[in-house]
Amino acid sequence: MKIHEYQAKNLFRKFGVAVLDGVACFSVAEAVEAAKKLVGNTWVVKAQIHAGGRGKGGGVKVARSINEVKQYAGEILGMTLVTNQTDKQGQLVRRLLIEQGANIQKEFYVGMLVDRSSQRVCLMASSEGGMNIEEVAARAPEKIFKVFLDPIEGLTRQNIAGILRMINISQSDTSETYKLFQNLYKLFDSTDALLIEINPLILTTDNHVLALDAKISFDDNALFRHPDIEALRDFDEEDPMEVEASKHDLSYVPLDGNIGCLVNGAGLAMATMDIIKLYGGNPANFLDVGGGATTEKVTEAFKVMLCNKKLHAILVNIFGGIMKCDVIAEGVVAAARVVKLTLPLVVRLEGTNSELGKKILAESGLQIISARNMEVAAQYAVTAAASGGQ
Amino acid sequence: MAILINKNTRVMTQGITGKTGKFHTRMCIDYANGKNCFVAGVNPRKPGEYFENIPIYSTVKEAKRATGATVSVIYVPPPFASAAIDEAVDAELDLVICITEGIPVHDMLRTRYKMQGHKTLLIGPNCPGIITPDEVKIGIMPGYIHKKGRVGVVSRSGTLTYEAVAQLMEQGYGQSTCIGIGGDPINGLKHLDVMKLFNDDNETDAVLMVGEIGGSDEEDCARWIKNNMKKPVVGFIAGVTAPQGKRMGHAGAIISGGKGTAQEKLSVMEECGIYVTRNPAEMGKLLKSVMQ
Repeated sequence: MKIHEYQAKNLFRKFGVAVLDGVACFSVAEAVEAAKKLVGNTWVVKAQIHAGGRGKGGGVKVARSINEVKQYAGEILGMTLVTNQTDKQGQLVRRLLIEQGANIQKEFYVGMLVDRSSQRVCLMASSEGGMNIEEVAARAPEKIFKVFLDPIEGLTRQNIAGILRMINISQSDTSETYKLFQNLYKLFDSTDALLIEINPLILTTDNHVLALDAKISFDDNALFRHPDIEALRDFDEEDPMEVEASKHDLSYVPLDGNIGCLVNGAGLAMATMDIIKLYGGNPANFLDVGGGATTEKVTEAFKVMLCNKKLHAILVNIFGGIMKCDVIAEGVVAAARVVKLTLPLVVRLEGTNSELGKKILAESGLQIISARNMEVAAQYAVTAAASGGQ
Repeated sequence: MAILINKNTRVMTQGITGKTGKFHTRMCIDYANGKNCFVAGVNPRKPGEYFENIPIYSTVKEAKRATGATVSVIYVPPPFASAAIDEAVDAELDLVICITEGIPVHDMLRTRYKMQGHKTLLIGPNCPGIITPDEVKIGIMPGYIHKKGRVGVVSRSGTLTYEAVAQLMEQGYGQSTCIGIGGDPINGLKHLDVMKLFNDDNETDAVLMVGEIGGSDEEDCARWIKNNMKKPVVGFIAGVTAPQGKRMGHAGAIISGGKGTAQEKLSVMEECGIYVTRNPAEMGKLLKSVMQ
């Protein structure tokens, strides 16, 4: 789960990671009021969306007067921000962060994440702050320093000293910097974070170190023990169909194509998308109904899939193990009736009770194309979609 | 003798009294030599009780002492599953198979750290388990689709593994052992670990390796195969069409920072001498063509 920058900064404050003063705002009037209360004579108006690259997309502006705050807040609030991390349609800006301006001496990158190959938490830092870190990693990987942390000892003074030396931040007040890193790790560890990025971490002209940006994503599987963090979830930032699907315990990701896929198991679901592409078609979605699908769950899956008006055909690919094919077949038939399905529907059933399942489909009186294997199923679906779903 | 498990393996089930544990324990008992293999259950609140004639003990250590079981399968719910693995590791079991899906990543980080220096091997979590066909099945895969044979299967998925097995069967190939290592980012045995075991197993002639996007396990395995593998390996990677930054069901199946794409994995595998197909319907056919 991702949260907004201002929410992440509130957590930073709570854990003692230095940030500037700032206020989250939902209207231009609120933004003006907030700016008046903040000390200083420059302000930064920052769009709050769950994607990076906001500055380049025009979602971050420096204001030198209250009038400019008003002007920029009006421009940014309600704009659709397209960045290299959003999809092509972009993301509507509904919230702003009005923050004090900063006098920057130097910028750094700091990231903390769960590294799967070492099975450790990794702290990364670079003197190339403010940049797209993926570009730095590609262009000058030697400029990103990494330390892998011992889960029992956590982030040690030695770890921090090593990183600070590498990114040459020694001119700052070190005890303040040590505390920032230690508190950052405490936050990471105690909130079940998967990723924290500060880009940039800055050294101010008066030698203080603070986080100018903040990005955190949390482990969905651990939210049960963090109700306070779960409450920060902003559904406006998520695809409404993904949200709807997740309510029914379905894993759904919309894609650009026109062949809807309904599959049990994530690996098989990806393989089904791949084979559609291989035969010249385009998958409209990833949809995994999981291991224990019921008739109701299959019906919900159909409803979610059919909200996509671009669909020309549907491919159901089920390998019944624990899940019985006759149950799936009943679900497919029930769903097709409930949603009054008119699109070509290709169904491939394999595994437990597959013959019984095929019989249910054949006797349903519905126009269902039954395929004997994955290859044939994909070919049928691609052909049906190519003829415009007629 | 296949790898890791056979008809003489003695297994305990942690979480035997839950709905999932009950259902799958029954299925496992009914498969091949399962009746003799599944000898104990663990539940701290129900020692002295029985499930399907299997005695329940309060701890893993007691179950091991009383029955000689050296392998455990875990169906414990996610918040408690990593502690269940820890208990099995402390009891010095040989192998733990964790089926549970949805364990917090930080829990697994600590558990994997504690496992260092212990002999226990871990399969999973979030996996279908392991089967040595016609001998014993420990996990949730449908037993009847398998048959004893000489092809090893290792995969990160569940149903895609069943698909692979069905394709092997259609071409007339049985399996020595099939292992689903699971779809989580922090897990136990990797493709590489399983590949080494298959390489040394005199009942395995070839290996079918099924991977998916995310991480670099398949690449690591491929590089080892290049210099060490004595047997042909056939491979498929799911997720060529998956977009970057979107999680595809499994917690580990995500392309991040341009790394872990299916294309990249497939190229490395090809360079390392693995027979690769981009068509998930041709895994079985490709293996047959390699074997002939």
